Amino acid sequence: MSPTGIEIYKFLPRTNCGECGVPTCLAFAMSLAGGRAELSSCPYVSEETKLKLEEASAPPVRTVSIGTGIYSFKIGGETVMHRHEKRFEHQSGIALLLSDNLTETEQNTKLTAFNSFQYKRVGAILKPDMLALRADSGSSEKYLKLVKLAAEKCQASLMLICANTTVLDESLKICAERKPLLYAATAENSNEMAELAKKYNCPLVAKAKNLTDLAELTIKLQSLGIKDIVLDSSPASFKQTLADNIAIRRAAILKKFRPLGFPVINFPCLITSDHMKESLFASILTAKYAGILVLSDFRGETLFPLLVARMNLYTDPQRPLATTEGIYEINNPDANSPVMLTCNFSLTYFIVAGEMETSRVPCYLLIKDTEGLSVMTAWAAGKFGADTIGKFVKNSGIAGKVNHRKLIIPGYASMESGGLEEELSGWEIMVGPREAAHIPAYLKQFKP
Amino acid sequence: MAFETPKINYSGSIREITLGDGPKSVTVGGETALPFYLFEGDMPRKPKIAMEIQDTPPLDWPADALKPFGDAVNNPVSWAKKCVDTYEAKIICLQLESTDPNGLDRSAEEAAKIVREVANAVDVPLIVWGTANHEKDTEVLRKISEICPDKKLILGPVEEGDYKKIAAQAMAYKHTIIASSPIDINLAKQLNILLGNLGVPANEIIMDPTVSSIGYGIEYAYSVIERIRLAALTQQDERLQYPIICNIGREAWKTKEAKIPETESPELGNTEKRAIMIEAMSAAILLIAGADILVMRHPESMRLVGELMAELG
Ligand code: B12
Ligand code: SF4
Repeated sequence: MSPTGIEIYKFLPRTNCGECGVPTCLAFAMSLAGGRAELSSCPYVSEETKLKLEEASAPPVRTVSIGTGIYSFKIGGETVMHRHEKRFEHQSGIALLLSDNLTETEQNTKLTAFNSFQYKRVGAILKPDMLALRADSGSSEKYLKLVKLAAEKCQASLMLICANTTVLDESLKICAERKPLLYAATAENSNEMAELAKKYNCPLVAKAKNLTDLAELTIKLQSLGIKDIVLDSSPASFKQTLADNIAIRRAAILKKFRPLGFPVINFPCLITSDHMKESLFASILTAKYAGILVLSDFRGETLFPLLVARMNLYTDPQRPLATTEGIYEINNPDANSPVMLTCNFSLTYFIVAGEMETSRVPCYLLIKDTEGLSVMTAWAAGKFGADTIGKFVKNSGIAGKVNHRKLIIPGYASMESGGLEEELSGWEIMVGPREAAHIPAYLKQFKP
Repeated sequence: MAFETPKINYSGSIREITLGDGPKSVTVGGETALPFYLFEGDMPRKPKIAMEIQDTPPLDWPADALKPFGDAVNNPVSWAKKCVDTYEAKIICLQLESTDPNGLDRSAEEAAKIVREVANAVDVPLIVWGTANHEKDTEVLRKISEICPDKKLILGPVEEGDYKKIAAQAMAYKHTIIASSPIDINLAKQLNILLGNLGVPANEIIMDPTVSSIGYGIEYAYSVIERIRLAALTQQDERLQYPIICNIGREAWKTKEAKIPETESPELGNTEKRAIMIEAMSAAILLIAGADILVMRHPESMRLVGELMAELG
């Protein structure tokens, strides 16, 4: 939440000397609040004030970066309680728990599987983010081996779950440049943990048994110079996890309570051994403020839905994703290839184009601008009717690309077929299936 | 000093509405806080799951969705009984698939006969869901109202385009109405006002804000439900203080990802479990937004969501 002009004004010298280029300090404050000026234009603000102002303009939930490279991710930076108020900024990171008690073969299998979990969907790659490496065996040798193996085999972000600071230090010698998340500083070990986090410049989880203690702990860690903190309130049930996450988010956003102004880590893996329930609960926590979710296992059938749900909840509600209007060539079409029509809602485009690709039938896809609305929504909003579609098809230039005059429209737009035959004289309008999943079968029997 | 959760100010509550009548009637609503925010308000009862059946054997349900019901899917009466007897369904939702003018186009009389038979066969509340075709639903739902005067049905979807005739008839026979609007808080409110003006009692309305599954626009449904709930609870908007129903089963099972065989895409995992997860997860997300009734298809996804609710409350 950026401070208002009035809030900034309080920090300025209030001498109205004009050296910043505007006549008064208030005017300068207003420009700053509006992002039209730089603080450095006023020669009279002290270093201390600068820091204070920076702090005041930081988001109520600190943004924490984890990892490096293609698997790095950011959490926090949130400014609202509900996505419709603006948007959720950084989607929850999804981590896989790996114990050093597993045999090396098991570890290898899981790491290989981790790398294979990548899904292409609506133009994005959906993948999990992190490996949570946990020292359970009590043997430093085993733990270091696991860290080494994981760092070698996977580019995933890492989290080191290890209570022994000596072993943790050793592990960091292996993987510090990957900027792993350290787990965890507690009231008992905060000094040593803070030292390690500073030495290797890594983010650090603060863990306490309730929110009061947690707030105290982060104050201590901050006084030790730690800025990148992730919160663990150690809830013992689903119910408590939800309650804690809400309390933390509210404290940060509604009360600007800085000690809890950090992203949160949750461990559904510790609360249930039922894999399906774990994923379900994780889906709720993506909506309810989890910064990181640690899961006990990844399986396609539960991970894929979770990744999709996460993407959905973190899309920007103020910006429907749209595709550019035009002719799209799929599977190298020629003059005899079928022509299909749809709207420019990205979701629709990717689903339909994906099915057309799957069919392996060369074809053209006409995308009409519907301002990012889906077929039926656009139709109901008057943006996908015979008149506008007719005009678009005529101007698109598709007539010059194919020898036939057959246009396949979405099954849900069947009511426009009569009107379209009138608008597009010479064209035969074919009503395609309703669901895109039936497009491959439809195209296979289609004769232009 | 001990940390205390910052509270938000709730000034309203959700109406309590009873579905059906007799000993198996089910009450929904009554919340005084956001869903499962039990640290600061009341949720006198958990949201309810209604089990979905069709009036004609489904042509487009994946085999995994049909399996739990065996031959019962060929007869709506046996299907409804199976749901109640085997799967302990507390509410049945009968989808009137056969009346779709773009499909079988069965007459209102035929549809009403089936509804009557199902209503006779089970004693749990019965939701009857049309095809959202205004002319046809008007005909069909009016006929059904008339033929089941002794059974308090829940009839939907009643939309701005067809509410007058359907609601008038439903009111005459004391059925409950599902007020359906396309994911828009203002349209939802507008329809509730229209129904109120027509004389529909406030305790006979359930809201359907329209939903879609994960991957197919659930975020729109999520946010509109959340907004409706916030307006009802924190701005005391009486016209939005109704329980919410989400007909989510069919949306989940029609997705492509609920059907892709594992052999084709091994990275998507077991097909049956994946489909169950898509249904259960869509339901879970709508639950945390504010759903009071979820219409669901598979006994296993119902079980999962039931257990999830138990853990949250
Ligand atoms: C999300 C949504 C919205 C979102 C918009 C999302 C978007 N970017 O389009 C919002 C909330 C903004 C919205 C608004 C409205 N909506 Co709306 N909306 C929906 C909802 C829930 C899902 C739509 C969706 O995203 N589907 C997913 C996409 C991928 O589907 P699709 O584009 O149809 O594509 C599929 C098929 O058509 C097919 N396909 C697509 N192209 C092609 C091409 C060929 C050749 C073939 C063969 C197949 C094919 O493949 C796809 C996958 O199977 C539906 C209800 C539902 N559950 O479907 C209502 C729905 C579409 N909306 C509806 C309405 C009425 C509206 C409004 C007019 C309400 C209003 N008066 O304000 C507004 C209009 C918007 C405006 N005025 O600007 C109605 C339409 C009713 C009708 N048929 O007349 C629906 C059906 C809800 C209902 N039952 O009442 N809506
Ligand atoms: S330069 Fe600084 S002190 Fe002078 S008017 Fe601008 S803001 Fe005020």
